[in-house]
Amino acid sequence: MFVWFLLAIFGSFIGLNPDLIQLTKILQGPDLANWLGTDDLGRPILDRLIMGAKTSLLVALWVTCLSLVVGTFLGAASAYFGGWIDFVMVWIIDVFLAVPGILLAIAFAGIMGPGIENVVIALSIVGWVGYARLSRAQVLALKHRDHVQAAIALGSSSFVIIRRHLIPLISAPLIVEATFGIAAVVLAEAGLSFLGLGVQPPEASWGSMIRDGTAYMLVAPHMVISPGIAMILVVLSVNLLGDRLRDKLDVRTR
Amino acid sequence: MLNYVLTRLISASLVILGVSCLVFFLIHLVPGDPVELMLGESARPADREVLRQALGLDLPVITQLNHYLVGLAHFDFGISIHSKQPISELISQRIPASAQLALGALIIAILIAFPLGVIAAINKDTFWDRLAMGVSLFGVSIPNFWMGPLLIMIFSLWLGWFPVSGKEGVSSILLPAITLGTAMAAILARMIRSTLLEVLHEDYIRTAVAKGLSRRQVILNHALRNALLPIITLIGLQLGTLLGGAVITEKIFSWPGLGQLTIESIQSRDYPVVQACVLFISLSYVMVNVITDIVYAAIDPRVRLRDDNRA
Repeated sequence: MFVWFLLAIFGSFIGLNPDLIQLTKILQGPDLANWLGTDDLGRPILDRLIMGAKTSLLVALWVTCLSLVVGTFLGAASAYFGGWIDFVMVWIIDVFLAVPGILLAIAFAGIMGPGIENVVIALSIVGWVGYARLSRAQVLALKHRDHVQAAIALGSSSFVIIRRHLIPLISAPLIVEATFGIAAVVLAEAGLSFLGLGVQPPEASWGSMIRDGTAYMLVAPHMVISPGIAMILVVLSVNLLGDRLRDKLDVRTR
Repeated sequence: MLNYVLTRLISASLVILGVSCLVFFLIHLVPGDPVELMLGESARPADREVLRQALGLDLPVITQLNHYLVGLAHFDFGISIHSKQPISELISQRIPASAQLALGALIIAILIAFPLGVIAAINKDTFWDRLAMGVSLFGVSIPNFWMGPLLIMIFSLWLGWFPVSGKEGVSSILLPAITLGTAMAAILARMIRSTLLEVLHEDYIRTAVAKGLSRRQVILNHALRNALLPIITLIGLQLGTLLGGAVITEKIFSWPGLGQLTIESIQSRDYPVVQACVLFISLSYVMVNVITDIVYAAIDPRVRLRDDNRA
């Protein structure tokens, strides 16, 4: 996972040629000059893999931050105010949960058209619901605690109470959820790019690399295999981190 | 019981109403003119007007929503822009293939998840537990759009055991079903493990062991049978992941189901069909969960009593 971060951050500075087209070296297997071989336009796969790391990290961070902030706040506010606000919020959450997430993201991204911003928007529209449900449940259990009642008695505004007295207490399960969320976003972004709804050529994404590779599977299986392995390693390590965090922070998410 | 069924049905209808509105607003929430999105910027103004009127987009939004919902109540999803066929016909042609794939994937998931989950639970904190949970974590992390092409490469291109894509004969369903079922199997295995672990702490299990029953009998007849009901609910909830993942799997294997129709319609900018597909898939998910809940409550009175008391 650290490798993923490092490559994504410093990849732009080490002189890569992800868009270098070498028509004399089409579909070559791994060799000394190109460690992971070349693709159908002779572009070095290792360099494109690193560019893909940047794409997936950017999307994952943006989507997770946006959904975490929006979801947590809406969920906490809904539980705090209760009444009809909570009723409407629960209904909206239920409605979003009734549509399979990736399907809604595909529909949104498909209608908005391709591009990395649209991927971030589509995945955030789907992503906030999980955090909203979680923070609502947590705040519901906490809002009758003495310190919250004391803050109300002191005349603090609702916004301050939610931000200073409630959200800090529910951050542990949210952090665990967000860690698993990052893994899910990496998979979803690659899935959208695989369908041609994500980043556009010549920009590289692991999903679009796999899609391009499937056309040449018999002659150049390395085109499909390496982006897949990169993605599994990232998703696996993020999920392991989530497991560790859950044990360490002693959270029961499900 | 009647009370429980009624509340469940009412809340489900509210959700269905909400999903219909969400799907309706799908093309309205997106910035820009829907007609321009569908026809592209180069379309002639006259063509735009014709499509705008055909879709009723020249009416106020509330009137449009009203027409849309009334149409849905009559199972009328509108007309496809691309093929000019009624969308309900297009969808019903694709249902059998999608249902077969979902069922196949479900069977594969159950066949993998039960042994993994049970082995992990009865050998808790041993090597076998860690191995089974490691396999499951790996399963969640493999993207289906990578696994699918890989399976095609190995079993269809190199070994030639299965057709590369399409839906011909019984054997063609196996690879797509494995691709789609793996992620669900992995999640399910973890849930089976934790549910079974909870049940194993119950008093009646201790009684069964004390009676001198064999380990096998205790696990199969006492523990698993009691763990089965919550697991069935969890399977129902996980069905959403399955139905969503089917879009990508169907695309990889050119499987003629609803997912494939969704992608084709996105590519041909036939947005009414996209809306109808999203709506239909979500409705089936909601319906399955309502039915699971009601059947569950009918079998296990604890559920409806708990809910009645809460209400």
